[in-house]
Amino acid sequence: MQTPAPVEYERAASVDDAIALLERHGPEARLIAGGHSLLPMMKLRLARPDVLIDINDLAEELAYVRIDGDDLCIGAMTRHRELLESPVAGEHYRILHDAERVIADPVVRNRGTVGGSICQADPSEDLSAVFATLGARAVIRSSSGTRVVAMDDFHLGAYTTAVGPAEILLEVRVPIRTGCGSAYEKVERRAGDWAVVAVGALVCLDGDRITDAGVGLAAVGAEHFRSPAAEEILRGAEPSEATFDAAAVAASADCDPQSDQRGPADYKRHLAGELTRRALRRATARARGQEG
Amino acid sequence: MTTIEEPPAPTPMGFGRMKRKEDVRFIRGKGHYVDDVVLPGMLHGAVLRSTYAHARIVRIDTSAAEAHPKVRAVITGATLETLGLAWMPSLSHDVVAVLATDKVRFQGQEVAFVVADDHYSARDALELIEVEYEPLPPVMDARRALEPDAPVIRDDVQGKTDNHIFDWDAGDEAATDAAFAAADVVVSQDMLYPRVHPAPMETCGAVADMDPVSGKLTIWCGTQAPHAHRTLYALVAGLPEHKIRVISPDIGGGFGNKVGIYPGYVCAIVGSIVTKRPVKWMEDRSENLMSTSFARDYHMHGEIAATNDGKITALRVKVLADHGAFNNTAQPTKFPAGFFHIFTGSYDLQAAHCEVTGVYTNKAPGGVAYACSFRVTEAAYLVERMVDCLADEMGMDPAELRLKNLLKPEQFPYTCPTGWEYDSGDYPRALRLALEMAGYDDLRKEQADKRTRGELMGIGISFFTETVGAGPRKHMDILGLGMADGAEVRVHPTGKAVVRLSCQSQGQGHETTFAQIVAQELGISPDDIDVVHGDTDNTPFGLGTYGSRSTPVSGAAVAVASRRVRDKAKIVASAMLEVAVDDLEWEKGRWFVKGDPAAGKTIQEIALASHGSLELPEGVEGHLDASCVYDPPNLTYPFGAYICVVDVDPGTGQVKVRRFIAVDDCGPRINPMIVEGQIHGGLADGVGMALMEVIAFDEDGNCLGGSFMDYLLPTALECPSWEVGQTVTPSPHHPLGVKGVGESATVGSPAAVVNAVLDAIGVRHADMPLTPAQVWRTMQGSPFRTDLAIE
Repeated sequence: MQTPAPVEYERAASVDDAIALLERHGPEARLIAGGHSLLPMMKLRLARPDVLIDINDLAEELAYVRIDGDDLCIGAMTRHRELLESPVAGEHYRILHDAERVIADPVVRNRGTVGGSICQADPSEDLSAVFATLGARAVIRSSSGTRVVAMDDFHLGAYTTAVGPAEILLEVRVPIRTGCGSAYEKVERRAGDWAVVAVGALVCLDGDRITDAGVGLAAVGAEHFRSPAAEEILRGAEPSEATFDAAAVAASADCDPQSDQRGPADYKRHLAGELTRRALRRATARARGQEG
Repeated sequence: MTTIEEPPAPTPMGFGRMKRKEDVRFIRGKGHYVDDVVLPGMLHGAVLRSTYAHARIVRIDTSAAEAHPKVRAVITGATLETLGLAWMPSLSHDVVAVLATDKVRFQGQEVAFVVADDHYSARDALELIEVEYEPLPPVMDARRALEPDAPVIRDDVQGKTDNHIFDWDAGDEAATDAAFAAADVVVSQDMLYPRVHPAPMETCGAVADMDPVSGKLTIWCGTQAPHAHRTLYALVAGLPEHKIRVISPDIGGGFGNKVGIYPGYVCAIVGSIVTKRPVKWMEDRSENLMSTSFARDYHMHGEIAATNDGKITALRVKVLADHGAFNNTAQPTKFPAGFFHIFTGSYDLQAAHCEVTGVYTNKAPGGVAYACSFRVTEAAYLVERMVDCLADEMGMDPAELRLKNLLKPEQFPYTCPTGWEYDSGDYPRALRLALEMAGYDDLRKEQADKRTRGELMGIGISFFTETVGAGPRKHMDILGLGMADGAEVRVHPTGKAVVRLSCQSQGQGHETTFAQIVAQELGISPDDIDVVHGDTDNTPFGLGTYGSRSTPVSGAAVAVASRRVRDKAKIVASAMLEVAVDDLEWEKGRWFVKGDPAAGKTIQEIALASHGSLELPEGVEGHLDASCVYDPPNLTYPFGAYICVVDVDPGTGQVKVRRFIAVDDCGPRINPMIVEGQIHGGLADGVGMALMEVIAFDEDGNCLGGSFMDYLLPTALECPSWEVGQTVTPSPHHPLGVKGVGESATVGSPAAVVNAVLDAIGVRHADMPLTPAQVWRTMQGSPFRTDLAIE
């Protein structure tokens, strides 16, 4: 049995209570939601918070997938399984279901949360790339109020986000677009493994023009999990194989993959291009209503 | 929802499908494993492990740990030195450090042991121990271990100036050279069978309880060989053997990982002696992966010779065997490379020769584990890859090449060029059946069609011959203990029975299979037979379960003991029926008078009479029991033909195993359901090794496979629906004709998967595991070394 170092435990009754506990216990306190990233790291003694603040009682407040105005809103305490099974999520962004289907396994998805995943900010995290693809915004609260940050400003680097020591992520808001399709492609060594490389794509069409596009990259060291160069090529272009190829070349250059036991850097760079091409094809087909 | 209720199948009176008796407790969560053992006053141990792969220990300060309020003892190598226990003999003429005294020699090596009131405190106290290391350059690449300037790992061995362990060879070198000189075609290929790990679901552990009053030591330990452990504890620690009791409770998988004695077991024993209380030690997952018996790590150079028309004439191989920091492989003493010299496999060759050189590296010790039948896995992989390399060179179909060269049924018993005597087999029949089940010709057509569309599909064949059931005691021993096994069968007065075994189940279903053997011989229902195993105070001596030896050795012992019971029952029946012994005839469960079938006595009636007041013939004692110590006259040789079909994504290198056809011949099947279950498990093992499992190391000596995030095991999603078939060729020398099956699929399947992937991408060779990255790199012409960090 792998055992964590000694840790104090608190249970928050509300969002405000969680913030108050964070303020009281200082920067060595950590929120725990599903615990499927934090607890393994604690058991390996790679993470050693002094205090765990359990926010599972906040599920009633923070677990939802709903439309609010022009946004699809996903509460931070939404479990992966709830997002996977949400019809409204799939109706607007198929990428959400594509990605959730390949995140870990059913046991992890039953417990792990959307907020926990993106706040963990593992460089291989799928949802970070998904929300980067979709140009989502994060809603963060502290005792001094609520602020909204774009995903580019949310991800500050490996395991680092804009969420401060006494702040809590409330929800992720994705702007609803019409005439668009989205998709997620992932290569993993085995079902349930972290991505070797994964790519998300968003394609918005007006006839035969791409009006807006998103390309998100996981596990290849892309800044903010995105490829602005690929997106630039796509915007205004015709959705053709030539365009996708150019975007793929741009995406594979627009990242900084590192060699590790999942694969050498040259392979990951190749995959960034290959999966960009595949994700764009699928997103485009969906935008045209051609693929179920 | 409709519920379909099937009537329960009747329990077979002997061989046949029946549900496993032990599963009644397993599926209800009522198994009893080492970690379920809780004794009054029990303390908990934890091991401090080296962070370095190679370093001199300058100083160990345990004072802060000792001051921890819940710590009861801190044991270091220095403590053990005073007891003469700092080192223990390995299973291969070497020594193993229990706790390091001079140097650490692999990352994860045991340095100190803390005993505390609870597991958490023991683990916390490890962080209070200060160890000052002087780092030394590690030897992580076996191929450089023998370079003249390589750091010497084993400077504890007097006069040791290099990392060489042994040179060993088998076969006829001159005849092999001659066959190669005369060959039309010669193909050579380097290949690595990488280091993998058995990774049983339950990690290793022990509870040691030294009773300070009686002086009796009881050890609960998930060992595959409880009797061997007891004898070794007696020999090494000087404890009297009758004062040691080893209990192996339910075991959550062994696969060879639980054959040896680990330092943690010894530390738990010393901890109990020091504290005078029971001590439990359970390793965690990372400890299991990083420090316990690994498997394989064979760097092989193979050469195969043939005539122009595809007749294979000779095989030659040079092996560099990475044994880690201590030579602690577990195998019969005379065979430092295990049974690797069965590498001629299933083919009719003129000559063969192998040379194996063992070396030390700064990696965990072990080497023979993970369902390998003492290195037959490496041997089968070598020959089955070489045959495919030859087929590729000659442009021949790999199935046709194999059919041309397989041994013929009339050649059995067959003595292979390296001296093994294969007991029985019909190889072409098994391969033809597999080809037929696969629809081989159609698959080749489909493959050709797909190629024209740029789709990659591959078909891989492997034909293996196993050598299991070690073994004849005149040839085979482990540390001087002959590999014979005992069994005792006793029929109670009411006709129920108990059978006591020396071998030990780790999930193989012994409680069912061995009851079925007794049932087959005596006609007592398996439901009425209790199988007792895993407790040295309550079972006869024997060497345990590994190398697929349980049914070949202990199964034979049980069959013979049961027949002795039957023979005694005949004498009792003759007294009961007042007829001559020779006038009786047996039908399952009953002796009756020849020519008068109505006049007979059931085994239950005989059992009661044998315990009663019936006057027995002169020289016949009461009761109904018998025992046997079975010394196998030869090994058994299960075999099989496997075909794997894969699809490879040309853009990503991802492999999908679409189909797997496995025809196994293990002789008669005692419980076909259990046999199929073992085959399914072994096939999954093979997919895992071929596609994802590896323990690699970086140049600093860090283990890169120390958790299940890094060491990948296959899941149901990577496994196709297995298509199993069988042929039945009984072993002529085994009383039941059975050959053993536990490791067949693990031995045979990796080559089939690898052959299929390489067939798909049209490349002659790449080393396992064929991860997406390795497949893609191979397609680019630059496969990488899988045993080192990927750069």
